[in-house]
Amino acid sequence: MEKSFKVIAETGIHARPATLLVQAASKFDSEVHLQYKEKKVNLKSIMGVMSLGIGQGADITIIAEGSDEADALNTIEETLKREGLAE
Amino acid sequence: MSFLHGIAASNGIAIAKAYRLVEPDFSFEQKKVDSAEDEIARFQAALYTAKGELDQIRIRADKELGADKAAIFEAHLLVLSDPELISPIEDKIKTEKVNAEHALKETADMFVSMFESMDNEYMKERAADIRDVTKRVLAHLLGIQIPNPSMVTEEVIIVAEDLTPSDTAQLNREFVKGFTTDIGGRTSHSAIMARSMEIPAVVGTKTATKEITNGDLVVVDGIKGEVHINPTPEMLEEYKQQQEAYAKQKEEWAKLVNEKTVTADGHHVELAANIGTPKDLKGVVENGGEAVGLYRTEFLYMDRDQLPTEEEQFTAYKAVLEGMGGKPVVVRTLDIGGDKELPYLNLPKEMNPFLGYRAIRLCLEEQEIFRTQLRALLRASVYGNLKIMFPMIATLDEFRQAKAILEEEKQKLQTEGVQLAEKIELGIMVEIPSTAVIADQFAKEVDFFSIGTNDLIQYTMAADRMNQQVSYLYQPYNPSILRLVKMVIDAAHKEGKWAGMCGEMAGDETAIPILIGLGLDEFSMSATSILKARSIIKDLSKSDMETLASKVIEMGTTEEVVEAVNAAISL
Repeated sequence: MEKSFKVIAETGIHARPATLLVQAASKFDSEVHLQYKEKKVNLKSIMGVMSLGIGQGADITIIAEGSDEADALNTIEETLKREGLAE
Repeated sequence: MSFLHGIAASNGIAIAKAYRLVEPDFSFEQKKVDSAEDEIARFQAALYTAKGELDQIRIRADKELGADKAAIFEAHLLVLSDPELISPIEDKIKTEKVNAEHALKETADMFVSMFESMDNEYMKERAADIRDVTKRVLAHLLGIQIPNPSMVTEEVIIVAEDLTPSDTAQLNREFVKGFTTDIGGRTSHSAIMARSMEIPAVVGTKTATKEITNGDLVVVDGIKGEVHINPTPEMLEEYKQQQEAYAKQKEEWAKLVNEKTVTADGHHVELAANIGTPKDLKGVVENGGEAVGLYRTEFLYMDRDQLPTEEEQFTAYKAVLEGMGGKPVVVRTLDIGGDKELPYLNLPKEMNPFLGYRAIRLCLEEQEIFRTQLRALLRASVYGNLKIMFPMIATLDEFRQAKAILEEEKQKLQTEGVQLAEKIELGIMVEIPSTAVIADQFAKEVDFFSIGTNDLIQYTMAADRMNQQVSYLYQPYNPSILRLVKMVIDAAHKEGKWAGMCGEMAGDETAIPILIGLGLDEFSMSATSILKARSIIKDLSKSDMETLASKVIEMGTTEEVVEAVNAAISL
């Protein structure tokens, strides 16, 4: 399953937010990916996420596949909103 | 035993074991391994230890530096758990049967060059992060220790080539008793840091990292600028006595903490402190500072990846103004560029950064940065006695432009109904000769001057103060400098304004008698130099120093000046 968001944080998804997202994704068994433009990276990979250089206004999609995919997607959505990163 | 000579950068004597903060040798050979399985296990073990270590550092950073600075280590930990990094390394060991060191280095290098090639300063810095953490794993594979000063648990003397701001941020102040470095001078970051930490330091020894090994007993004599390695018992005893004598002298000085600074013939001057962060206020109060003569706001902008917000700045300025309880606080607006870079501003590299796009030049161009700072300052003005000072002013026009921007922000805030202090003095740093020469013209428009001698000397002598080969030209007592200083002070007084000094020279034993004689009103220095300066000034007579000053500005060389001062004060 997947869900799309728009990045609203002024600084985009840089060090601190990337850390929080990877920490959140790593808690789950499901494969979690982040898609931005034509690139798709493992959301459990800090270097993958940072390499995208996601800025304010970017459209991103979170894709979770596996036994706990619904939980994973919820938790990540919560993190994105709580930290004011995306909506 | 052996002995090194360097530059006395911070007073006092320290005796402790050496702790080298020097990059170890990471070289290794590429090898084939018999059992890929064993090699992967070895890699996992190194990874595990490295993570444990990083976690310790993170915990300490969180406690001592705050969650903000600890966040970077959380990111570092995630790099070591990154499946995109770990899997390729393990695959490489499996398929190519190579040693873990090689597999790690090859894979990490690939990521490093990927981040380095990105067209973004921020991403380029991430390359350094990856290099940093993978090095930690490599060290464990090779069985070598990476120096980690934050984990020190006994008293040490730090031995390094040089100390960067991030090195010093990691130092555990409880255990670090002194520094010695290969390079640097009295105004380099390591020296300024040592003085603010109130620990002895000798910099510019050239060979400290070559001569000193971990665990050597080292004496750092920050008074004479000497370092002794494994001293004889007699010498050690002598130094212990000197250490005690110095502590006693400090106690004597401490008695002056609540006294005014007055010469023997009753002339009052103000002794102020230079600070970098609100944390430094403690030292100002403990050392009897009568004001803050220079608040360097750059630190608010450094060691982070974006500009500080107006709110963050407001909080810091308010803390300093309140902390000084109504005593004057001179805040210098952003002085970035030169040797102080901000990676996130993406400024182009310059051939001559000290002569380039920096300080007020940058602020007049990047006005949003400047206006944010001015607004934060204006809003904080009601919490104390704020004075604002612009750095690196070269022309009257620059001052007028900066002042106009300040006035605009003032108006805006007033329309928004924000309360501001009634009177905020507005001054400039005098550090460029062009400004010193027409100080009489400036004096009609500014409320005060503060002479920044470190830069004034470097610009007058055309000698880069970071370049050791021309360090002999750093001559604060050269009559050329003294005449410029005199011009500035006289110009201020003629218009009924005041003149201060916030460079190293203001706290210098030899310079103080001359400066008293020239009529300097405010002396701003490292907080730890204040009490000593007060005790020196107490014994000077203003009228005698006037005679001395009028003599030395007619001299030709530094040596003659020093001789004349020595003769005058030993009378």
